[in-house]
Amino acid sequence: MASGRDDFIIAIRSAFLKKSNKQQFSLLALIIFSIVLIFLSNLNFVGIKYLKVGINETTYRLSAIISYPEKKFRDSINFFSEYFNVYNENQNLKKKIDKLNIEKLNYFYLENENKRLKQIVGDDLKLSKGIISRVLIDKDGKFLKSIILNKGSKNGIKKGMVVLEKNYLVGQVIEVNYTTSRAILISDLNSNIPVVIEPGSFQSILSGTGKNHGKIKYSKDEIEFEDNAIVYTSGSGGNFRAGLPVGKINNQIDKLGVEFFSDLSQLSYVKIQSIEVSEK
Amino acid sequence: MVQKKINFKNTLLKYFPLILLYFSVLNEFDIDVSSVGLLSFNLPFIIIFYWSLRDPDQIGNGLIFIAGILNDVTLGYPIGISSFIYLTIIGFAAYLRNITLRPNIYKDSLVFLVSILFANSVNSLILSYIFSIEINFFEIIVNITFTFLLYFLFAKIFNYMKPMGT
Repeated sequence: MASGRDDFIIAIRSAFLKKSNKQQFSLLALIIFSIVLIFLSNLNFVGIKYLKVGINETTYRLSAIISYPEKKFRDSINFFSEYFNVYNENQNLKKKIDKLNIEKLNYFYLENENKRLKQIVGDDLKLSKGIISRVLIDKDGKFLKSIILNKGSKNGIKKGMVVLEKNYLVGQVIEVNYTTSRAILISDLNSNIPVVIEPGSFQSILSGTGKNHGKIKYSKDEIEFEDNAIVYTSGSGGNFRAGLPVGKINNQIDKLGVEFFSDLSQLSYVKIQSIEVSEK
Repeated sequence: MVQKKINFKNTLLKYFPLILLYFSVLNEFDIDVSSVGLLSFNLPFIIIFYWSLRDPDQIGNGLIFIAGILNDVTLGYPIGISSFIYLTIIGFAAYLRNITLRPNIYKDSLVFLVSILFANSVNSLILSYIFSIEINFFEIIVNITFTFLLYFLFAKIFNYMKPMGT
């Protein structure tokens, strides 16, 4: 019994403390060092921040180069699958264009009226002109859904700026380096956006699910939204301008599920904008 | 000329595990097959466990530590977490190496399963309790399952390659 315990202790000691000829560091020393790093990260230690920014700059570029062949491979598969659906898509698009042309006239009138009313009530926030950025890395992690962009503080990017694709909201900048930045996607589990659902103007919170769709949370249980109800940002909290289209309700994918307008797994170029008060 | 080619090939095979490890952490190696749902596996776990068990001098602990730091940066995690997780996997492999006289793929894979379960649990605990990051546990379970199943395949490939690189 005692010899069994001794063997266990010897094996553990040898595993964690012994260094072979080619090993520079013992396992225990490195484990202690990594624990120290985790705690310093948790305390937002300044040195760790600078270390992270320094590593980010090189690693993002390197990672983009290494991911390039895989990205191109995925793009080619998407290209071929889209190519085979061209005819059907063309017919559908023609029908949509006719419908949209009719709706456009109505919207033009409503947009002008809305602008006038917003100026009266003082809610005249607008988005800046925007910085176009290329997506360097768009791989989904198990824990974080984020993208790396090729613009950083050098180009005027700041933390909290909104990320759009074709004027649809896709995320928000959470980390800024000198030439790169990271944006959290609206599909991330930690993403919570104040939204308004039309028709009905129901205020709620849109949360990410970690998949390619979102979910409406914190609305009263008895409210059931119909499919295709449009979800816009509500502007509550001041992080987003009100009225940015995000997606539409799709109860088939999930109860109160939201199908995003943008395909978050296919982002190539995005527009980064900040909120500013418009000049009267 | 021929000698140069052989030397280059030998060098490449010798450093292959290290190159593959760095490639997988920088590329964040997750294979998604949309028709199956979410099929993902953690290649760095397999590489680190196998090589720490069979030939610990092939990839140094320090280099694995740096690979963890790079993985944190690529995925946007707080610095140090992946390094700590990778080092715990080395710990399991080193312990198994010390108590085993005759290596056996089935025993190895059982310890590998325990080590990745432990590593992912610690990872999830740190991320959720210390850094308040929300986690999709189903995705992690799928990832652990496929990582475990694919260990057999990669162990076969590495077994085949090992004599060539030494």
